[in-house]
Amino acid sequence: MEKAGSAQNRLGSPLWLNAEITYKCPLHCVFCYNPTDYTQYGPELATEDWLRVFRQARELGAVQLGISGGEPLTRDDVEVMVAESSKLGYYVNLITSGIGLTEKRIAAFREGGLGQIQLSFQDSTRELNDFLSSTKTFELKSKVAKLIKQYEYPMVLNVVLHRLNIDHIQQILEMAQAMGAEHVELANTQYYAWAMVNRDHLLPSEEQLRRAEEVTNQFRTRVGNTMKIYFVVPDYYANRPKKCMNGWGTTFLNVAADGLALPCHEARMLPGLTFPNVRDHDIRWIWNESPGFNAYRGDGWMKEPCRTCPDKEKDFGGCRCQAFMLTGDATNADPICDLSPHHRLVTDVVATAQNPSTPRTVHPIVFRDDKNSRRLSQKQVETTEAE
Amino acid sequence: MSAPSQLPRSVPIELHRQYRFQWEPAQESFVLLYPEGMVKLPGSAGEIMKRVDGTRSVDQIVSELETAFPGVDLRADVVQFLEVAYGKGWIRAKQAG
Repeated sequence: MEKAGSAQNRLGSPLWLNAEITYKCPLHCVFCYNPTDYTQYGPELATEDWLRVFRQARELGAVQLGISGGEPLTRDDVEVMVAESSKLGYYVNLITSGIGLTEKRIAAFREGGLGQIQLSFQDSTRELNDFLSSTKTFELKSKVAKLIKQYEYPMVLNVVLHRLNIDHIQQILEMAQAMGAEHVELANTQYYAWAMVNRDHLLPSEEQLRRAEEVTNQFRTRVGNTMKIYFVVPDYYANRPKKCMNGWGTTFLNVAADGLALPCHEARMLPGLTFPNVRDHDIRWIWNESPGFNAYRGDGWMKEPCRTCPDKEKDFGGCRCQAFMLTGDATNADPICDLSPHHRLVTDVVATAQNPSTPRTVHPIVFRDDKNSRRLSQKQVETTEAE
Repeated sequence: MSAPSQLPRSVPIELHRQYRFQWEPAQESFVLLYPEGMVKLPGSAGEIMKRVDGTRSVDQIVSELETAFPGVDLRADVVQFLEVAYGKGWIRAKQAG
């Protein structure tokens, strides 16, 4: 095994610690990246567990902390987490739908040293927003946006784009401007977890994407420097894979609500790997020694065409989870890559998405909620047993 | 945010509130942290930024550094660095309150 040796040479610090402090969420977004079987996982970490994790990761050199979820604000100890982690020297980012963000809480976050708030928005029209998140949240979010400005935070807006809302891009951008957004991330849905279940419903056509980019570019010209707009194209429309997580176990450390430590949000799904829990191990061991974090470091695990590819240092063969979901083997090249022998698995799906009529649905759209999670978990068990 | 385009020389300057400046042992360098990012500020860049604390003006920072490192004409380099920092929105004139 050259794993340990070659990995050790390039082993730096985890710069990003993402704390998914809860899987609870009042929204039911159809593109949620939490695991579809989230209802099956053990109790949430307690406050003192999180503070220990923050301390240990900080000692290892982590500088950015993301407090996310689920909806992190469903917990009442976020104030303590913000204050303690900020004291430790983190730049603290709160990633929220805004639900539960009262003036009292934002004042406490400001006092505690919170660096920024990223507010997610499903759409600009209330009807679609409420449909997509399955709750009446639009007005509340607009209020929260005002609070964020009032407390002198930069207004950072995340809008997840997909087939059902991408044609509203003009309204979305106008709404962002009306709210005083300084940074807007228009991120197309990537197909993991709930979004994968709903892929046929959510993947936009090429024409939709082209129009959306055109509108975005025109808007950019109009607003100039007052608003920075990022447009992220779905992987499925690329022909080379992304450098997922900047390389497995190089930069990013995710700790899930139940304490499982992962090299990305989705890695829990990968078969044959055991990931450590922060209840049982310290972060130093987890990052440096655990088999899970070492599994896809370096290039020792690669197969062809990645192994001899001149771009292997550039993208590390793309995303292990995407490779697994689409080809059944996480050590394959990410099939987004047109050099992958499985690239057809992507282009076939993209071809289907060009049909302008509503997608040929195998099932109605699936909202992220406990009932559906239990149903999907049951299905997984059945599939595994059938194998 | 209608910042004047010129870096003010004689009023105290401070870090913009979105930024966090600190010594980072794992990087063996001063760093500037901002939403989802980090810039390393090694050597003189760190020495200059360390003095941007809401009490000193550009002119004061220059003379302090000239005292700390005597015999070197630092003014042009220091001002140039601070102008870049100002242009990037890292620093601003001290705000009231």
